[in-house]
Amino acid sequence: MTNPVTNLRVEDKLYQNRYLVDSGRPHIKVRPHEQPSANLVALTHVCPAKCYESNDKGQVEITADGCMECGTCRILCEASGEIEWNYPRGGFGVLFKFG
Amino acid sequence: MINEEFDAIVIGAGMSGNAAAYTMASDGLKVLQLERGEYPGSKNVQGAIMYANMLEKIIPDFRDDAPLERHLVEQRLWVMDETSHTGIHYRSEDFNEVSPNRYTIIRAQFDKWFSRRVRQAGATLLCETTVTELVRDNKGKVIGVRTDRAGGAIYADVVVLAEGVCGLLGTRGGLRKMLTPEAVALAVKEMHFLPEEVIEQRFGVKGSEGCVIEAVGTISHDMAGLGFLYTNKESISLGIGCLVSDFTAKMESPYALLEALKNHPSIRPLIAGSEVKEYAAHLIPEGGYKAIPQLFGDGWVVVGDAAQLNNAIHREGSNLAMTSGRIAAEAIIQVKRRNDPMTKRNLALYKTMLDESFVVKDLRKYKDMPALLHNNAANFFTTYPRLMSKAAQNFMRVDGTPKIEKERATTAAFIKARSRLGLVRDAIRLALAWR
Repeated sequence: MTNPVTNLRVEDKLYQNRYLVDSGRPHIKVRPHEQPSANLVALTHVCPAKCYESNDKGQVEITADGCMECGTCRILCEASGEIEWNYPRGGFGVLFKFG
Repeated sequence: MINEEFDAIVIGAGMSGNAAAYTMASDGLKVLQLERGEYPGSKNVQGAIMYANMLEKIIPDFRDDAPLERHLVEQRLWVMDETSHTGIHYRSEDFNEVSPNRYTIIRAQFDKWFSRRVRQAGATLLCETTVTELVRDNKGKVIGVRTDRAGGAIYADVVVLAEGVCGLLGTRGGLRKMLTPEAVALAVKEMHFLPEEVIEQRFGVKGSEGCVIEAVGTISHDMAGLGFLYTNKESISLGIGCLVSDFTAKMESPYALLEALKNHPSIRPLIAGSEVKEYAAHLIPEGGYKAIPQLFGDGWVVVGDAAQLNNAIHREGSNLAMTSGRIAAEAIIQVKRRNDPMTKRNLALYKTMLDESFVVKDLRKYKDMPALLHNNAANFFTTYPRLMSKAAQNFMRVDGTPKIEKERATTAAFIKARSRLGLVRDAIRLALAWR
């Protein structure tokens, strides 16, 4: 299948990748909060897998299934304690075919 | 689970970890290598260009069986605005040599090969194993690791941290500080597959010859960043990266930048009709010399991206990783031969040897470049590229305007954008940082 080079959504990009999801054991968690920090809000744009999304209350939520384990969110939000970041258990997570 | 004790544990099976494990195992050391991925390479991402010299120093006959894509005969450096690129291209028949200097590689395949060589040299590899903690004795010396597998700690005389740019163990263990958003770039990349002959036609190459393009300009939306296009045998690696601090301040999405790059009129025809088979993201250390952390301590050394050893100006990373892994291993071998303990004092030999190598010498040369580019991103990545494009077009376009007026218009445009003093200041700053 040949993709047109325009208008690809991130979901379509991630669909190309291989993952072994560790069901029920997400390796990144967002701490419950009222008001997200500027860095946490920025992740809804900056995360390359678009794992972070704002809900209708303006709080930021994560679905880590498509995570490519780059660590950008760890750099931005781990020190403040807003997120808890670990590598997936051995063998789980993204499995790059080419890398 | 593992009751044996090892001479060395290597954490990670990327470039630096494989170089370290191979060098130590080849010398007869008992080496355990731990990798969290399903296979070596499954978590690793690189552009990727591999420099032969640094691998030859580790595996001289690597060309016999390493999975190499294309040897590079042409490099294109582009300065881009929205509709154009101004380029410096260097192509030479001299690069068609018996032992070529640079190759494109695909990391997942290359790392599997490297790892096979590591195991043939005698190291033990355990995949699907995430190291969770460094184990220390009561004096704080690192004496082993704990993993997420069942069983207790695994012990060794020395632990080589080759855990990559986002290494958790070193930062959580207090061995080095967390990376700052200014000192790291986020890059995204796609693998575009095309028939071999289409790549050869589009880039004017034949056989295993290859061509790479690296580009700065408005493609990074005022941020400090770089776009790249590397030709592999049957695919093109296409990507773009910018500083995490810039992405955050501007709330830009990396995939949107990548889409825009793919649609740029200079890039679009090169990838037309391709089939995308993977999308990857990775961090790249950009802090340079000033960001290098403490490299050794009691019972440990850190190598490769985890030690921030990346030359952002020359876009070299894996060769610094391989070299630091090899040198760390050689230092460990020397300490071991003297029957000395793996103390901080004895492992300082690694830093002494690394300081003497091109790795630290190159990073020291450009120690002021990261700050310069970070603080002047809009000038260097947008203003100047636009001016350059306008100047080139003004020069090329023949429209009856007298040449003297064209030249005056170009000069006036530069002065208007940066002022005379600003132009001089930018030139001096760049010259000083390059020196």
